[in-house]
Amino acid sequence: MEKLISEFSVGLFFWQTVIFIGLLFILRKYAWGPILTAVNDRETSIKDALASAVAARKEMENLQSDNQRILKEARAEKEALLKEAQSTRAQLISAAKEEAQAEAQKILSQAQEAIQNEKRAAISELREQVGSIAMDIAEKVLKKELENNDKQVQLINQLLQDSDLK
Amino acid sequence: MPSALNKLLLFIVFTTAFFSAPYSLFASDNEPSNDLKTEIKEYISHHLEDSYDFSLFSYTNDENEHVYIGIPLPVILWDEGLQIFSSSKLHHGTSVAQVGDNYYKLDHGKIYKTDALGTLTYDESHHTINAAPLDLSITKGVASMLLIAFLMFWLFKSLAKTYSINKGVPAGVGRFFEPIVLYIRDEIARPNIGDKKHGKYMSFLLTVFFFIWFLNLVGLTPLGVNVTGNIAVTFGLALLTFVITNFTGTKDYWLHIFDPLGGSMKWYAKIPLYIILIPIEVLGIFIKPFSLLIRLYANMQAGHIVLMSLIGLMFIFKSWLGSPLSFGLAFAISLIELLVALLQAYIFTMLSALYFGFAAEEHEHH
Repeated sequence: MEKLISEFSVGLFFWQTVIFIGLLFILRKYAWGPILTAVNDRETSIKDALASAVAARKEMENLQSDNQRILKEARAEKEALLKEAQSTRAQLISAAKEEAQAEAQKILSQAQEAIQNEKRAAISELREQVGSIAMDIAEKVLKKELENNDKQVQLINQLLQDSDLK
Repeated sequence: MPSALNKLLLFIVFTTAFFSAPYSLFASDNEPSNDLKTEIKEYISHHLEDSYDFSLFSYTNDENEHVYIGIPLPVILWDEGLQIFSSSKLHHGTSVAQVGDNYYKLDHGKIYKTDALGTLTYDESHHTINAAPLDLSITKGVASMLLIAFLMFWLFKSLAKTYSINKGVPAGVGRFFEPIVLYIRDEIARPNIGDKKHGKYMSFLLTVFFFIWFLNLVGLTPLGVNVTGNIAVTFGLALLTFVITNFTGTKDYWLHIFDPLGGSMKWYAKIPLYIILIPIEVLGIFIKPFSLLIRLYANMQAGHIVLMSLIGLMFIFKSWLGSPLSFGLAFAISLIELLVALLQAYIFTMLSALYFGFAAEEHEHH
């Protein structure tokens, strides 16, 4: 212990303290301060980046599930639309068919009626013509028969004979 | 690239010093082995002390004179005015240095004021009783600390700079040091001091960690610097921990020292206990940093002694069996010392943080 104290160098102690305190303040200003600030900044930026990455992934997942849902909905809607269209088509076709049938029926019945009318008209006309022709013929025949008196008298006689008054 | 050049320079300095130093120091083959032992012993104790010049190695020439190779450093004395001269004037204690009207002589690693002839007088227990002026010299230790201080400034300034250039990512050597900085923050400061308050202690903890670590590492190079194994240095470091601990002490910290039992007892019951408890707690304030300074000093000192003794053994054995064996041992101890260098820096920082944690604690009142 005595040796330690006698060996104690005041000069070395003095310079050590001066150099160390000087170094401490210089390094604090020019090295440790900037280094620790830079490291802290980096750490916070890494932390932020990680947090934002997690948030982005979450958002991405949300988006993906949203997409899936939308896709599903769209598909369902498409199917519904298709189904509807099909049923509409069938309906349309059947309606058209019915209408066409009715129309055809109507036209047919009208035609039949028209034919009937025409037939009736034709028959009545034919009857009239035949009648007039028969009158003409009868007239002509009568004219011919009754050209001379003899015949007229003969006929009258005959008719009278035939009529046979009783 | 200046950094590449620096690395190359550093490499050259270290390798040349490594290969030249031990051999030139101990290669005095012609002397008998008893003298060699005392020489090694002297060399080790000389190395463990601070010196006035940055000696790289020394050798004994043909005229049996010691030749020292190294860089002289400034000697600064306060002796009725500032006296500044180069340490080369001291001639390693072999002659008297004349500065103005004053004469100084180096004796056992200390500068004493003498007369023109350099007479030193001793008391009966062989202590020099000449007047010793206040010595503020830039010694080898101070020079090493300055070197480390500049190295640290350059290193961490450039690390701080890479963040702004490189968008918050360290580059180059910073990739190695950034995890250590983060370790000190996350594993030493935060758990011991707390998330809220650790910020204001970070600068001290980081500086003290790297300062001690780098000085320990420099101590392992053959430059033979023993800064952290010097009690004055560890005292200075521990004193700062002590000062910071007690100046940032909260009300709770002082309450814990002077009223450790709190409201758990009636005041008259506490008096007999406190006669014993308070002195213990007060003593604890001083013992904590004291343990820091002794631990670092003793560990580094012991490491240097063991390592150098093992290296010295190589020259004492001088046999095919002994020398390689002691070389292997010295190598193994070097590796361990490499770990100890880091460990001691870690322990000093860790315990400082722990004491700061006591000082900064604030708990809800019972």
